[in-house]
Amino acid sequence: KRKINFWMKNVSKKMEITVSEAEKRTGRNAMNMQETYTAYLIETRAVESQNEGQCSPVDSLWRRYSEFELLRNYLLVTYPHIVVPPLPEKRADFVWHKLSADNMDPDFVERRRIGLENFLLRVASHPVLCQDKIFYSFLTQEGGWKEMVNETGFQLKADSRLKALNATFRVKNPDKRFTELKHYSDELQSVISHLLRVRARVADRLYGVYKVHGNYGRVFSEWSAIEKEMGDGLQSAGHHMDVYAASIDDILEEEEHYADQLKEYLFYAEALRAVCRKHELMQYDLEMAAQDLTSKKQQCEELATGTMRTFSLKGMTSKLFGQETPEQREAKIKILEEQIQEGEEQLKSKNLEGRDFVKSAWADIERFKEQKNRDLKEALISYAVMQISMCKKGIQVWTNAKECFSKM
Amino acid sequence: MEAEGRVPGPPPLPPAGGGIGAELPAIPPGAARAPLLGAPAEVLELDDEEDDLEVFSKDTSLAEANSFSPSMTISPSSMINQYKFEDEPELRDLFITVDDPESHITAIETFITYRVITKTSRGEFDSCEYEVRRRYQDFLWLKSKLEEAHPTLIIPPLPEKFIMKGMVERFSDEFIETRRKALHKFLNRIADHPTLTFNEDFKIFLTAQAWELSSHKKQGPGLLSRMGQTVRAVASSVRGGVKNRPEMFTEMNDYMETFSQKINVLDKIAHRIYKEEREYFNEMKEYGPIHTLWSASEEDIADSLKGVASCIDKCCKATEKRMAGLSENLLPILHEYVLYSEILMGVLKRRDHIQSELDSKIDALANKKADKDLFSEEIGKLEDKVECANNALKADWDRWKQNMQCDMRSAFTNMADNNLHYYEECLATWESFLASQTVDCHGEEDSEDRP
Repeated sequence: KRKINFWMKNVSKKMEITVSEAEKRTGRNAMNMQETYTAYLIETRAVESQNEGQCSPVDSLWRRYSEFELLRNYLLVTYPHIVVPPLPEKRADFVWHKLSADNMDPDFVERRRIGLENFLLRVASHPVLCQDKIFYSFLTQEGGWKEMVNETGFQLKADSRLKALNATFRVKNPDKRFTELKHYSDELQSVISHLLRVRARVADRLYGVYKVHGNYGRVFSEWSAIEKEMGDGLQSAGHHMDVYAASIDDILEEEEHYADQLKEYLFYAEALRAVCRKHELMQYDLEMAAQDLTSKKQQCEELATGTMRTFSLKGMTSKLFGQETPEQREAKIKILEEQIQEGEEQLKSKNLEGRDFVKSAWADIERFKEQKNRDLKEALISYAVMQISMCKKGIQVWTNAKECFSKM
Repeated sequence: MEAEGRVPGPPPLPPAGGGIGAELPAIPPGAARAPLLGAPAEVLELDDEEDDLEVFSKDTSLAEANSFSPSMTISPSSMINQYKFEDEPELRDLFITVDDPESHITAIETFITYRVITKTSRGEFDSCEYEVRRRYQDFLWLKSKLEEAHPTLIIPPLPEKFIMKGMVERFSDEFIETRRKALHKFLNRIADHPTLTFNEDFKIFLTAQAWELSSHKKQGPGLLSRMGQTVRAVASSVRGGVKNRPEMFTEMNDYMETFSQKINVLDKIAHRIYKEEREYFNEMKEYGPIHTLWSASEEDIADSLKGVASCIDKCCKATEKRMAGLSENLLPILHEYVLYSEILMGVLKRRDHIQSELDSKIDALANKKADKDLFSEEIGKLEDKVECANNALKADWDRWKQNMQCDMRSAFTNMADNNLHYYEECLATWESFLASQTVDCHGEEDSEDRP
């Protein structure tokens, strides 16, 4: 069980957070149909900083996966410049055949429990996200939390997918770093999913190799019954074959945790892309506002000087079908001037917003990069450690078996 | 080229660039040689109904076109295991090798001949060195002559005529090589046998020129009569067990039934393991390069990723070696003993048949009082025959059991060794990777804020 102490500025206490249990529940869903789902127990405990040994009582509440999703969506909208930690997968993916793809499977539930705990720890250790009140209530307030989230109206603030897509295509001058980051996240996603797929197949095959050796155990034992001198050697060698065959289960279970570590970064790629999209949206918005301002200024100029720099239908029609009165023109110019002033202020603030966004987003991205490099390197090392352990077990078994065979 | 005969101690390694007949050995230029047909394929397809094996992997694609590499290096220790026999090498005075398969095309057929080289110091041989060419048919002939002459001796197994299961092109490189090795073993086992080694047909087989052999083959009872002998033997055993079979041979029979069962299953298991290892190898081949690909889009962790890729590639090669070891040693020996178990059942039946001849004559005597003297003489001869057969079989059986024990011990020990080396190699690879990583790491910062 991993615990983390984190500091909540406005609450001023250190907390330990764990997702300690998972439980199957049945209930009625929105359409009043019976459904089965899993609920997870979140335990929190304030830790007095002076006396690490002294522990306050544990608070706990139950949450289901959909509530975690709600929390994350809220964070995504509320902190668009942050690379928001991902949730563990909704459905089992990249399974090799012995693993179940069933959401209710106890092994899947267990791995998801760990993933959810990991998610909470990531949020709680993030310098910005950990201070969020909704997050704090998620951990501590059982009833009424959903309503509280919805009251923030975050869903209204969410950018429409269509708008975002449009911006991605049409934006002219996005910050190059974000464009590169987008490419990077695409590559990361593609390579990790490929890796996970092949790893699953490798695991499958490895399982086969080990398990077939188990058959030796049975046959050696039966054979030893008819042999006099060879009997003992065969029998004991057979035992080691059984040990060998059984050893793969633990080995592969450990490897699943490694796969989960990689999966987290697979999903992080999507979070990176979300930040890039937000930048593109803001940049596009800015470009549109600047364009609008420029065209208004031009219109204003044309009206004031009476010249037509650019062709406009309005200008043509007014030339052909009758002039405006000077009063009308004056009125128009006044309106435009007001709009231009508004537009310039807006542009200024949008510019500022955009620069702020880029600055804070990039700071978080740097933080993320360092975290990613640390975590992935550690994961690769742990993979090596696992392989070493597997080899050592293999050496032991086959040394023993060899000794038995040589006594045949 | 082949090692020259059996020498005490490890035979000299073949010249660099080739295992024993690994690729098709050099054919003397100008020899009529047809391009050998067919893509390499698995020698033995497994049954789908492997009831006694737990099937664990769902996507067993048995019909793969596997690219089996025939050019596997052969380690000295595996060569020893292949040629080791229980008889003292220093007492040997007959050394035989089988090599150099050559294809011959005639209007009627295409067939392969093998070169058989014999070196001997025995007086009854006119020369001390012989080189002849023999085809599979000739080996079959020899085997049947030996069976005829010594019905209750255990004649070593010949490789099968062809493997029915699977799409094996008769002349694939792999098939020929497997057969060549088995033929080599066959002749050497005969040479080692205290009785068979002095058989006249054996001598002729080793020394006669092609035309001499043909004319010699034409003499003696024809194929049909030889078949008849075994058919009668089988028939008589089908009619029911021999009433007066000595306890010892009933025990042998029971033993062989169980042994036969077990050795067949072991053969299947070993093949299945080989297949699983190959599938694993195929996946691993793809697994390593993905890490290299990934390293291209990373900076800080590129080295770690490349390190992992290199480790996986090395383990991949180690797997290849592991597979080769299996196919060089364990698989051929298990297969040989599968054939041996059939041979032994046949020998026991023939012994029973000889005994039943005696028994029926005795019965006949009991019923007909007439021609007593004639019958007694016949019975006397038959009694001698039975006693001879029993003694011969008993002695050969003991010898066979000892050989079997020795062969099994060395084959399985070798397999364990093989696997040990595999894990040791992989361990070294990963340990050196780990060492390189922990050297690069500066002191880990407080991991408190990391999950």
